[in-house]
Amino acid sequence: MTLVDIKGLDVGYVRHRRVRPAVAGLDLTVEAGEVVAIVGESGSGKTTTANAIIGLLPPNGRITAGSAVVDGVETAGASERTLRRLRGSVVGLIPQDPMVGLNPTQRVGHQIAEAVRLRGITGAAVPAEVLRFLEQAGVPDPELRARQYPHELSGGLRQRALIAIALAGRPKLIIADEPTSALDVTVQKRILDHLGGLVREQGISLVIITHDLAVAADRADRIVVMRDGRLVEQGDPATIVSAPRESYTRRLTAATPRLAPRFDVRDQAVPEPILTLTEVSKTFAGNDLRRGARGFNALDKVSVTVPRGRTHALVGESGCGKTTTLRIALGLETATSGSVVLDGDEIVGRSWNQLRPLRRKAQLVHQDPFATLDPKFTVGQSITEPLVSFRIGNRRSRQERARELLDQVQLPTSYLDRLPTELSGGQRQRVAIARALALRPDLIMLDEPVSALDVLVQEQILQLLTDLQAALGLSYLFVSHDLAVVAEVAHTVSVMSHGKVVEHGPVAEVFTSPRSPWTRELIDAIPGRRVVDAA
Amino acid sequence: MARYVAGRVVQAVVVLWAAFTLTFAILYLLPSDPMELQLAAAGVQPDSLTPDQLAAMKHRFGLDQSMWAQYWQHLTGVLHGDFGTSLSQQVPVSDLITERIDGTLLLSVTAAVLSLIAGSALAYLATFARWNPLRVFLTRLPALGASFPQFFVALFLIQFFSFQLGWFPATGTEGARSLVMPVVTISVLASSVLAQVLVKSFDETLRQPYIATARAKGLSRSAVHLRHAFRNAALPAMTILGVLVGLTVTSSIVVETVFTREGVGKLAQEAVLSQDVPVVLAVVTVAAAMFVLVNLIVDLLYPLLDPRISHTRGRVRPAPEVVTST
Amino acid sequence: MTTAVADLVTEAPLPAEEAGGRRANLIANLVQLARKPVFLLSVLYVLFVVVSAFWPRLFTSQDPYETNPAAVAQAPSAAHLFGTDIYGRDLWSRVLHGSPLTIKATLIALAIALVAGLGLGIVSGFFGGLVDAVLMRGIDVLLAIPGLLLALSIVTALGYGTVPVAVAVGVAIVPGFARTTRAEVLRVKTLPYVEAARAGGASWTRVLLRHILPNSWGPVAVLAVLDAGVAIIAIASLSFLGFGAAPPEAEWGTLIADGRNYLVTSWWLSLLPGLFVALLVLGLNHISKTLQELTR
Repeated sequence: MTLVDIKGLDVGYVRHRRVRPAVAGLDLTVEAGEVVAIVGESGSGKTTTANAIIGLLPPNGRITAGSAVVDGVETAGASERTLRRLRGSVVGLIPQDPMVGLNPTQRVGHQIAEAVRLRGITGAAVPAEVLRFLEQAGVPDPELRARQYPHELSGGLRQRALIAIALAGRPKLIIADEPTSALDVTVQKRILDHLGGLVREQGISLVIITHDLAVAADRADRIVVMRDGRLVEQGDPATIVSAPRESYTRRLTAATPRLAPRFDVRDQAVPEPILTLTEVSKTFAGNDLRRGARGFNALDKVSVTVPRGRTHALVGESGCGKTTTLRIALGLETATSGSVVLDGDEIVGRSWNQLRPLRRKAQLVHQDPFATLDPKFTVGQSITEPLVSFRIGNRRSRQERARELLDQVQLPTSYLDRLPTELSGGQRQRVAIARALALRPDLIMLDEPVSALDVLVQEQILQLLTDLQAALGLSYLFVSHDLAVVAEVAHTVSVMSHGKVVEHGPVAEVFTSPRSPWTRELIDAIPGRRVVDAA
Repeated sequence: MARYVAGRVVQAVVVLWAAFTLTFAILYLLPSDPMELQLAAAGVQPDSLTPDQLAAMKHRFGLDQSMWAQYWQHLTGVLHGDFGTSLSQQVPVSDLITERIDGTLLLSVTAAVLSLIAGSALAYLATFARWNPLRVFLTRLPALGASFPQFFVALFLIQFFSFQLGWFPATGTEGARSLVMPVVTISVLASSVLAQVLVKSFDETLRQPYIATARAKGLSRSAVHLRHAFRNAALPAMTILGVLVGLTVTSSIVVETVFTREGVGKLAQEAVLSQDVPVVLAVVTVAAAMFVLVNLIVDLLYPLLDPRISHTRGRVRPAPEVVTST
Repeated sequence: MTTAVADLVTEAPLPAEEAGGRRANLIANLVQLARKPVFLLSVLYVLFVVVSAFWPRLFTSQDPYETNPAAVAQAPSAAHLFGTDIYGRDLWSRVLHGSPLTIKATLIALAIALVAGLGLGIVSGFFGGLVDAVLMRGIDVLLAIPGLLLALSIVTALGYGTVPVAVAVGVAIVPGFARTTRAEVLRVKTLPYVEAARAGGASWTRVLLRHILPNSWGPVAVLAVLDAGVAIIAIASLSFLGFGAAPPEAEWGTLIADGRNYLVTSWWLSLLPGLFVALLVLGLNHISKTLQELTR
């Protein structure tokens, strides 16, 4: 039986009295009991499609053409009342970010009970149902959790509570919107496995919206690839991964990082270290207002070495201390104890002014491409700022250098006068890299430089980093939560967990024969088994 | 929890003390002599008095003592409910205030309650009205209400409802009917201010992902608004309750003057006109005390209403801007 | 250059050949503003009042002080736009000649609020720690005294007149400026581009002047426009209560106060100047709101 039948659907958003199309001429079906993954980059229209199915388009969203029949009911142009009957009881939604998906001032049990009551269940039967769904969603100790408020639950538990809400309406279809983007990989894997088991058991259809082809390939019966609001290609995972018809799908498959270490330095001599951290510890004072909530985020005798001309990666889940380590190595944060030696100079205990000369040796690239550039600065101003700060050269020579740097990061020199708002995420990250290169440093510290980027752009930036390393002899300290990305760029790696380094060594060794259980769990959680197997 | 309460109470007392001290400093330390101001306002030339007479008058009002002594005297006096003697009327300031405070409290509290109801209702309708033109109109309305000077609103009401229609008396303190127009005048401004804050808060709350979760359950529009949006939006807006009460109290100055009502507001206006420093100090202190008290009550109630705070100890209520940034 | 092109294809930002940069951005913003008729009307009205404050004779030829027993308390007409008062003086011209006093007072008040508020806010937000704690407690104390009462205390101490009223109102709106500025500085201070500039060797002075201030300015400017309206109401209220300039000079508030004794017979004496003030405040509010929407 066909549960969702979309034909020639056009959806657009009204802005400044103009309709900007988000989905165009989409044909899509979902059969009962089927698991369909919609894969696409940002702006591909995948989330708009999901919102159209459940009738939750934002106020400026309009269905301009076509039809979307869900469980026999036409939703295009339908009244709010008609749509409401579909929501919850026919289509359930698991929203993108579990941290903000629950009402902060209502108990978790109460929020599930609302969904239960909508099915007409009343009285004493309600609490029992609530507990049943919490249990089904895999929440341990459901009696306790039902009485708690969302902020008392971890991200993973909140995600499970949201699954319980979706299940509580006894829907025929569940839409999971980017279920993997806000949580750590190991938590993601457990929850997705659990959800996958549940829907198969209960015969519920599942639509997974994801940017990650690997996640889709692991769990879906059918993959739908979307781009710029249009359907590019669909088929079963094996076909999409191993024999895609469209070139876009081919590029997407090729760009999906797999856990195949690119560099093998096991048999090579280790070059001189450019950066050595020895037994660095960091304790945040309990009453430190800024960090109070993250007091656990301390480091315990962390030792890390970055060999000259190579890439050393720090990997681990959020809160493991990898970013704190990087910030200490850069002198942005002070270590409680231990030593940090940059190119022969100890930096722990140096004041900011004493550190300043060393800035020319080590630079930083941030994670968020949208906040890393001053919105009031042109690209040229951003790139030359370090030169101005160090009073290097004059206006003309700086301009010259800016052109050269733009060339190095493969952006046209006409971009010098652009403002950040006129650039895409990948272009901004290129500008940030150019700025880091301006002082000709030996070492660049990269804090999750590609995690906010779409997979194709991500691949290009990683390639750029590798090329720059080869051309300029740069060393990188590369912080990432994504082992597949690390495998693409790093020579050596330190795996961190709870403020400690649990394993370190060449990537080729650590990723193929992990010794620590932490590392093994991280590797097991990486999606894309089917991609790797097919390739 | 006991520590939280104690901390808040101590903080309120300290703020009140500091506000009193600041006002005292403004009134007594700025380069002006209260006695001369007083004489000038009374139309008496200081030269026409003999030095002895002047000294005797200064002594009577305690103005011949050192600044510290005067400050100390005032502070201990205030703690005992004694605000000194009025320079212009020669009676204890506390008597002047207690005689008039009932009328002003009645006016302020009625206006505050009406503003709360009208402001919330307006904000609710402005956010949830289905018909788009009505919603746009209602969203713009608070800005309109906040733009009209209160004396203008008051004069307009008098012209229309007293002189044209003859429904309500234009002046006076007697009877419930004399209260109507003053209360409406204050509420136009106060409810507009409240509605502006609430509308903004509603807007932000409705964009939160948990609203989408609630809608996805299949809840009706009104259930989503009442059960999920209203409480979360009203919580940050609670922090302006203190401002609201402060507004109704200061509004009484203009409103009581226009409508010629006996009250603390009119007393303040007359005190400034006659430069009666002790009375001004007393009125400011009483108003600051009311503001601090309301804020203290909000602070103490907030944890009971927001589980994020009562269930995680030691945190202070979030300032509105913190909430908006999420 | 191949990868850069690929970037363009997948993310479709502004095409490389299209004009970009600051000027294009500014022009785009102006074009967007010019499309809003109410906004344009508000700007024109505010401009008109400000110009009339400096050159009132541009808009009226009549003497504001010239009495005319033959034309006492006349209703508004083509000859006397706002009618005449009980001495036969032209009210329109009196309102326009009242502009310089009120506008001057507003500008003084805003200048005080901007200088003190920005200063306190920047110092507090930028240095943080103990300095911040002390300054913000001070602001809390200022906020505990309702604005108009604080202004009244200052007027009591300084005496009457345009300047004392302006100072009083200026001090009363300082806390709001300080808080907004501080919040903005705190927000911008933690953004990655500030850290990137620091990591690039920029001094704190440079970071403050080139990054933090330009990016904190928006909301503060919006507040300044809004508070200009608040200041006008407060100044008019104070002069309405009788604390403004001495006669025969007449601020708007004084005009309205004088007229209220004749409300029964000559309603225009109070209500038309009142409307004139209300429209000005409304215009400023609308400008502030539009700018806020634009910067968002």
